[in-house]
Amino acid sequence: MANLEQLKFAKSHEWVADNGDGTFSIGLTDYAQKELGDLVFVNLPAVGDDVTAGEVFGDVESVKAVSDVFSPVSGVVAEVNEELLDAPQLINEAPYSAWMIRVENVGDTEELLTVAEYDAFIAQGE
Amino acid sequence: MQLIFEKSRPGRGCTILPVCDVPEVQLPEQLKREQPLPLPELSETDISRHYTALAKRAHGVNDGFYPLGSCTMKYNPRIDEEMAALPGFTGVHPLQPAATVQGCQKVLDTAKAYLCEATGMDDITFQPAAGAHGEFTGLLLIKAYHEARGDLHRNKIIIPDAAHGTNPASAVMAGFTVVTIPSNADGCVDLDALRASVGEDTAGLMLTNPNTVGIFDSNILEITDIIHRAGGLNYYDGANFNAIMGVVRPGDMGFDVVHLNLHKTFATPHGGGGPGSGPVACKEILRPYLPGCAVAGDSAPKLQVKGFYGNFLVVLKALTYMMTLGAEGIREACEGAVLNANYMMSGLRDLYPVAYGQRCMHEFVLSLEQLKKETGVSALDVAKSLIDYGMHPPTMYFPLIVHEALMFEPTETESKETLDEAIAVLRALYELAYSDAEQMHQAPHHAQIKRPDEVQAARHPVLRYQR
Repeated sequence: MANLEQLKFAKSHEWVADNGDGTFSIGLTDYAQKELGDLVFVNLPAVGDDVTAGEVFGDVESVKAVSDVFSPVSGVVAEVNEELLDAPQLINEAPYSAWMIRVENVGDTEELLTVAEYDAFIAQGE
Repeated sequence: MQLIFEKSRPGRGCTILPVCDVPEVQLPEQLKREQPLPLPELSETDISRHYTALAKRAHGVNDGFYPLGSCTMKYNPRIDEEMAALPGFTGVHPLQPAATVQGCQKVLDTAKAYLCEATGMDDITFQPAAGAHGEFTGLLLIKAYHEARGDLHRNKIIIPDAAHGTNPASAVMAGFTVVTIPSNADGCVDLDALRASVGEDTAGLMLTNPNTVGIFDSNILEITDIIHRAGGLNYYDGANFNAIMGVVRPGDMGFDVVHLNLHKTFATPHGGGGPGSGPVACKEILRPYLPGCAVAGDSAPKLQVKGFYGNFLVVLKALTYMMTLGAEGIREACEGAVLNANYMMSGLRDLYPVAYGQRCMHEFVLSLEQLKKETGVSALDVAKSLIDYGMHPPTMYFPLIVHEALMFEPTETESKETLDEAIAVLRALYELAYSDAEQMHQAPHHAQIKRPDEVQAARHPVLRYQR
């Protein structure tokens, strides 16, 4: 599992990890997976697709509903975690290991929070 | 309960099909099955009992209260079914000479005139088979309109975040890109966000009014004007038409195209998968692009989204419904739907906070976020508990902008006594949540099916019988 201190968080409940090789991993936060409940389907973009900060790049479906997943950064999809397509429950089981996409050529980013700021943001909403 | 396949016994059967009275024709050998179709073999008694047993396990409008929000599960008058069963309507074929089906033509023409009047539109197609099919068709009209004008860069459809899930799905199916705009604090369209999102690439807007939280957006004229000024067209999702029929018209609100769910608003039993009817009505500017019927002899190739005239008998039921009620009755039905929703909401809102607004239209959304936080009892638990009281649960977890949402649409066909009973049950459940949450986590206690494993069902659905 990733060190949460090294992650950045979007207010739309995605996390971003700097992989140090020019790519950034994006996934759903623990709070998001708890709110969504058991996931049953995951839709991911294709390698080479553009993603834009603040815009939808995929969606996840739980028993309750389908929810969009927003990209915290702009860039190009370098890799998608195809394992999730067959095993969406990995996001429920280990949200900070279950990266959804890796993005390269990262330009713009959303307003990103530290883990402490994100926790405070969630507490404020509740 | 056994599946019908499990009840099958070799050699058992019954005579349902009449004896063949025309010469038999043999299929070419290569088209024949190698093995016989494994159909269940049952007597007529077995079949009758099987389906009666299934019917007893189901819950429909004829069994009890069915406040499934956004679905308009109203009672459907028997006379509609009687008219749709008349042999003059059931025994016709769309390819028979027009002179022999003048009655059917009159039904379509009259229904067209009434529905155009009710929506404030100029023309209509009855081809689409249901709501989302209508959305898709309407969006193709918008696309054809822009293309015919050589305006080829309009590829974005603007949709509020509270929209019915079918809206963005239909837009993508029709080849558009979806732009989602946030709702404001009242649950309505955020005008600034809308203004910021329009441009030369705006093909149109999809909106339902009242919106999905049951609020009539009073800025509607400004909203549709913003889109028109940007060069786009306005699509009205008629799923919530029960809240406005006979009172206001989409055409007067600035909409250019609208679908209606005849099987919701205009009386046809629905919820079992059809048949439905989702006619699309439009303004004059879109008329040239309406779907045509291939047999009508038109030379210009036209859009066709379903065979012939769609699900004709559903249109017939809708016409019967409209003629039974009359213009005044349609308005009364609408007013009754809004009154019933407000009555029920008023009886609950001190315990269950209402998501938005003081008054609602035909439906309202409660948020059980606070209840869940304090007791652990979720919207799902309350919905499941209602089953033990002989009531169908409301719509859950929709719209997505409301947490722990329960969406109630009582419809106009419920009596004050039914509403009072539902209010009393929901208030009792609120108390129960604080005294015995565990009992609610386990609900329903008296239904045949308790809590199906929805996750397993979604991940690994078993859709076919396997020996």
